[in-house]
Amino acid sequence: MPTVSMTVNGKPVSAEVEPRTLLVQFLREHLRLTGTHVGCDTSQCGACVVHVDGVAMKSCTTFAWQVEGCHVTTIEGLAKDGKLHPMQEAFREHHGLQCGFCTPGMIMAAVEMVYRKGHDLDEKTIREELDGNLCRCTGYHNIVKAIHAGARAMRDSAGA
Amino acid sequence: MYAFDFHRPTTLRQAVSLLAKSEDAKLLAGGHSLIPVMKLRLASPRTLIDLSQIQELTGVELKGRSLVIGAMTRHRDVANSPIVQEAMPGLAAVPASIGDPHVRNRGTIGGSIANNDPNADYPAACLGLGATIITNKRKIPADEFFTGLFETALEPDEIITKVSFPITRKCAYEKFKHPASGFALVGVFVAKRGSEVRVAVTGAGASGVFRVPSFEEALKKRFAPKSLEGLSISPEGLASDIHASAEYRAHLVGVMARRATAKAVAYG
Repeated sequence: MPTVSMTVNGKPVSAEVEPRTLLVQFLREHLRLTGTHVGCDTSQCGACVVHVDGVAMKSCTTFAWQVEGCHVTTIEGLAKDGKLHPMQEAFREHHGLQCGFCTPGMIMAAVEMVYRKGHDLDEKTIREELDGNLCRCTGYHNIVKAIHAGARAMRDSAGA
Repeated sequence: MYAFDFHRPTTLRQAVSLLAKSEDAKLLAGGHSLIPVMKLRLASPRTLIDLSQIQELTGVELKGRSLVIGAMTRHRDVANSPIVQEAMPGLAAVPASIGDPHVRNRGTIGGSIANNDPNADYPAACLGLGATIITNKRKIPADEFFTGLFETALEPDEIITKVSFPITRKCAYEKFKHPASGFALVGVFVAKRGSEVRVAVTGAGASGVFRVPSFEEALKKRFAPKSLEGLSISPEGLASDIHASAEYRAHLVGVMARRATAKAVAYG
């Protein structure tokens, strides 16, 4: 079996895996980072979104070996020193979740949305950019509010 | 998903040689069509040849009066390319409309046209602009490239390296998205370059992307949405399924063609 090596949430990791191992399986089953979820397993729902070198990807549609040598950030890697990331804090503050299953993917997508679109996001942009993330509770209203606030908070918080 | 082996060549030459000698191999680009069908066991290649490490397959450049896009250039990068946006905003809008942001971060132009999904967007842009698909072996005009549902003129040992689009500002794409999947129920790409007018339709054809000569003739006389008023295409040969009847698709072709023409006029 091939060995894959990458940096996950700042830590170098390495493991022997079957070529068909998906990135999401590698994260959940080998590294026990179960914050990244498998929702639809068909590239639609976005519960599995992680960052690879700062770019949002559906980890259920990526083989682990495709990100060999890359820097992967999962939901577990966002909080620093026991303090929630501003986007996580905004989801808490605005109650941007109901059952919470889609939340890790929503937050990872939201943070990357800020990387691409900046800190001042209007409602239309946020809703369009959430095209790849589904909430089965249909709690989009507060998710949009949370992202709007989280994007601004990311500007205000040093090092975010 | 069935087990497989993989290779990650760093040059086109290596990829071509691996493809020639591997039995039952498939090329992996962005993987957002291939990996889902492998999960469903609709595809079970014994070997995957990943093209992502081949630098020469990525990038956008102006070459004379053409815009040349490397096969492994991702949707996000084509959509955001200042070169594409400046030369052909109507073309930049095509990858910007594919899937969702995460899919656009991975999907590639070469992967899209090699797969030739009957609902894919890029085949309409290629056919509508009269693009040339460049492979390791030859240059294939778009008119000869798309041969049927998920079928292309590519030979088993052939790899798309670039797609060359003749430049015109008077071009645009309009699609009616399926509200759940976001795929094109009907998408129409319209382009005028000199005296040549092309109209290409995706999503509607029972055997994939096609041109509409009657619309092209009408637009040659005057390139305006008005020229298409009263014109329609026959539902015969169009796809009919739970998402839309052939008659409804035929109707949408007319609507999308008029909207695309209006947009192309505005860009031009």
